[in-house]
Amino acid sequence: MEEFLKSIIGDNIITYIIMPIPALIFVSLFALYAVLAERKVSAWISNRIGPNRAGGKMGLLQTILDGIKLVQKEFVSPVRSDRFLFKAAPFIIFTAAFMGYAVIPFSSLYIGVDLNLGLFYFFSITSLGVIGMLMAGWASNNKYSLFGGIRSVAQIISYEIPTALAALVVVMLAGTLSMQAFCVAQDGGIFNWFIFGGPGGLSKIILIPFMITACVILFLSTLAETNRTPFDIPEADSELVAGVHLEYSGMQFAMFFFAEYAQMFAVAGVIATLFLGGWQSPFGDLVPFLNSPVMQIIWFLAKGFFLVFVQIWMRWTLPRVRVDQLMTICWKFLIPISFVNIFVVALYIIFFK
Amino acid sequence: MAEIRTEEMLINMGPQHPSTHGVLRLKLALSGEIVDDVKPYIGYLHRCFEKHCEAMTYSQIIPYTDRMDYLNSINNEHAYALAVEKLCGIELPERVEYIRVIMAELQRIASHLVAIGTYGNDAGAFTPFLYCFIDREKVLELFEMVCGARLLYNYIWIGGLSHDITPDFIRKTKEFITYMRPRITQINGLLTYNKIFIERTINIGMLPVDVAINSGASGPTLRGSGYKYDLRKHDTYSIYNKVDFDVCVGTGEYGTIGDCWNRYIVRVDEMEQSLRIIEQLIDNIPEGDVQSAVPKRVKPPVGEVYVRTESPKGELAYYIISDGGIKPFRVKARSPSFCNVSLLEKISKGHMIADVVMILGSFDIVLGCIDR
Repeated sequence: MEEFLKSIIGDNIITYIIMPIPALIFVSLFALYAVLAERKVSAWISNRIGPNRAGGKMGLLQTILDGIKLVQKEFVSPVRSDRFLFKAAPFIIFTAAFMGYAVIPFSSLYIGVDLNLGLFYFFSITSLGVIGMLMAGWASNNKYSLFGGIRSVAQIISYEIPTALAALVVVMLAGTLSMQAFCVAQDGGIFNWFIFGGPGGLSKIILIPFMITACVILFLSTLAETNRTPFDIPEADSELVAGVHLEYSGMQFAMFFFAEYAQMFAVAGVIATLFLGGWQSPFGDLVPFLNSPVMQIIWFLAKGFFLVFVQIWMRWTLPRVRVDQLMTICWKFLIPISFVNIFVVALYIIFFK
Repeated sequence: MAEIRTEEMLINMGPQHPSTHGVLRLKLALSGEIVDDVKPYIGYLHRCFEKHCEAMTYSQIIPYTDRMDYLNSINNEHAYALAVEKLCGIELPERVEYIRVIMAELQRIASHLVAIGTYGNDAGAFTPFLYCFIDREKVLELFEMVCGARLLYNYIWIGGLSHDITPDFIRKTKEFITYMRPRITQINGLLTYNKIFIERTINIGMLPVDVAINSGASGPTLRGSGYKYDLRKHDTYSIYNKVDFDVCVGTGEYGTIGDCWNRYIVRVDEMEQSLRIIEQLIDNIPEGDVQSAVPKRVKPPVGEVYVRTESPKGELAYYIISDGGIKPFRVKARSPSFCNVSLLEKISKGHMIADVVMILGSFDIVLGCIDR
């Protein structure tokens, strides 16, 4: 798509502005319907029905109507809170979540911005959300929010390390940080995906348990980054009554909410790109139709939606871990295991490549 | 380098909070996340029951006893009715005794389901809460079949019952027993033996047996510390001496005896024992008339009586002083949750806020019972 736009408009700033717009449109629609999907899926898991009145049996207009309701609400800010920080916090979190979509590869012909540092950019941007959470927690002038903010910051910055280490395994195998290059390197069918060791001969079978471990570690760490159960301590609504978003009403609360769902798909997209082949079809070149650019978008979305479904499933099945247990899991289990993974993959690369 | 000035932070888990099971205010003094002191403030649900009882006749008090521990109505009525019957010297027909015990055990299952479900909810597991409430619906349907009410029954009258049971009820109760057993296994698989839940609840809120006994703890709170004391066996009332069941104690299967997990597992095991009791009784209910011994007018002789029973929350007792008239001189209800909640201060020191929530949940308090 980039070449197409360049041929029409020319290689100037307007092309680069228009390129990420479809991704932003997608994420806005996704955030809208992900809320509905979570409510429906969680309802089915707990033997309920979920929204089924606002737009047919599946409640398709539910979120839009909820958004309209939230927009009407009065903007309340606590007395003696830091007004500027209080107002700015939702915007920062929202921006951080949405900026990550610039480097998600939806298809071989479309990616928002084809940075050759794509993965690095993504992990850096999601860390910006930490500042927003801390601002929200502090500026609410409320001890519960402060607790939520502190816990959230500790959690997110701790879990960035296993995230980076688990992704590092794939970076070593692929030799690049560009998101499109990850997807291109996994062509040739399902057994060339990085979760099965990446492209290569039979020797990659020894890598498979380590790659699966790395995928699981990445999944869990990104769950902790986006504050989903079992790591949703900042929002622990049975202890801290909604934690960081406690004092926000109306559209600001909606911004926190949408930012969370946008981040969910962003990390699902990154895991799909790194380990599950991105937009590659599992049939590879055997069925060329299934590998055409339009079908690639569908494959990518299918993988992303599946991972989002697993995240929703985990949220509604597992209890919450306590703050110190969360830190124990990160520092005593995930990080050592990631180091072992990196070590093994490095040895593999030296001896087999 | 100068010492950083630190202060204790006072945080209020106020009357409205999703995890204090009712309107309970907890004032926590914290250093960081560690709790130094917990002070419970009660009284937000005080409705002056005991004073009201002095203005009503003995039969009129029964709906009031329902509303004290509203998740447990049958056991409240049962204890009160036993107290008045002992004072008046009324002999009950066998049929009434059988049905009362069946209802009490069904109520025990319903109450424990709420305790288990809300405990999972406090821990962050939202699904077991709904599963437990589905099962509880079945129990409430059984109650509705008999007396028309789902939560507050006014069913156990002095000297008998308000309505008789039907063969339909007996059939449906047997269906419920076969339905419930696999559901207990399912809850165990989903919540009880879940690694995250175990990690949240073991070695927290250690309650030594001597502290428990000295503070007046009773029920699963006491039995979770390994002390086998159940009023249905040790100070038997009604026909509990004719049925065969085990007293469940904290087994120490996970964690140490006396922590939150063991108090929780006592409740899960007690549900199984209640099913056993119902099974033994449901086929053998003798014939009779449930209203035959209900006196036209309850006028006990002068005297006082103290009757204690085992409610799902602990030892529920009534102390009634009668001056010979149709209204009691004084009715005092000894509430199990009131004594249990006083333990919170002693055993929460040194834990984190998240643990205080779990300890409170493991006591299974109901504010209606505490405040009356």
